[in-house]
Amino acid sequence: MSGHVSPKSTYYAIFGALMLLTAITVTIAFINLGTLNFPVALSIAILKATLVILFFMHVKYSSQMTKLICGSAFFFLLILFVLTLSDYLSRGWFVAPGGTAGAGTQVTVGPPAPVPEPAEPATGPETTPEP
Amino acid sequence: MPDGIAAHADPHRPASGFGGAGHAPASATGFGAAGHHPALQHQFQTLQQQQEAATLGMWIFLVTEVMFFGGLLMAYLLYRVWYPEAWSEGSLELSITLGGFNTVVLIASSLTMALGVRSAQTGAQRATVRWLLVTMALGLTFLVVKFFEYKDKWELNHIPGPNFVFEGPHASQVEIFLSLYFALTGLHALHMVIGFCLLAVIAWMAHRRRFTPEWYTPVEMSGLYWHFVDIVWIFLFPLLYLVDRAHQAG
Repeated sequence: MSGHVSPKSTYYAIFGALMLLTAITVTIAFINLGTLNFPVALSIAILKATLVILFFMHVKYSSQMTKLICGSAFFFLLILFVLTLSDYLSRGWFVAPGGTAGAGTQVTVGPPAPVPEPAEPATGPETTPEP
Repeated sequence: MPDGIAAHADPHRPASGFGGAGHAPASATGFGAAGHHPALQHQFQTLQQQQEAATLGMWIFLVTEVMFFGGLLMAYLLYRVWYPEAWSEGSLELSITLGGFNTVVLIASSLTMALGVRSAQTGAQRATVRWLLVTMALGLTFLVVKFFEYKDKWELNHIPGPNFVFEGPHASQVEIFLSLYFALTGLHALHMVIGFCLLAVIAWMAHRRRFTPEWYTPVEMSGLYWHFVDIVWIFLFPLLYLVDRAHQAG
């Protein structure tokens, strides 16, 4: 009963691949890909995690049940991200009667916006000389 | 009842092989009452079944851990969508050299952990202890580097809170980035400390020759935990250190 014993060369190869992917992700971070930088960095991270899970954590040689549980982690994570973002990012797309387009689209942080100066006619007589 | 005793003495049943010439009743699995592995708990039929159950339980725990970090990552994602400028400003404050060095250290520690588990599988006890100690040393290196990163933030007053100071147009949004930075890396560092303590216990058990190729479940389970912590960092490194470097550089 000793389970699957991977050869040492497998572990060294996976380590080499992880190092290479780390170098690639740092290099690509300094290349301007526009909006693609984030998805590319995330894809490389997912690839690295997959290598660790399959080989270092032996999921490749585990039972179907273990594979299912492992996969469920990412399924639940996806539900968390997709459902939450589909709410927040779609706010303001449609305006209910009597509502405002900006309601709830963003949490305001930082110093309060400066109070706009009162319009010219409303200022006192000292700033607007009488004709 | 005599009937039951007669059933156990049935000559068609295979002899257990343990406990002499068949006077000890054989169990359904063929193990004699005193003949099973000392690590086999009574609710399991075989060591393989026992290890399968342990692996499954560990993975279910890791799923809850994924969701534990998932909440923070969700907050990270949403604020990043809202405040992209603050995210690139905040990320520039982090040292890519130290972060990259720690990434290499942690992936290397995953390699030594995997080799440690392999040594336990093959019964190389001294090698198991050695690999576990190397893994602990690499984990400690990571934590020391992390300490100096935190210390740097402390000296710059970049710790979110009443004394937070940041020069830039989006200071209070950068404060959110740094809050998430400390929450994510702090939670990760806490896992590292727990993993370090686990490995210390496992290394001590391996030193006492508690593991055999038939039973090394604690080594395997600590390995799963350590690799999980490594995976978390694999995601944290690009998410925190590599935000928008290209646009800032040129």
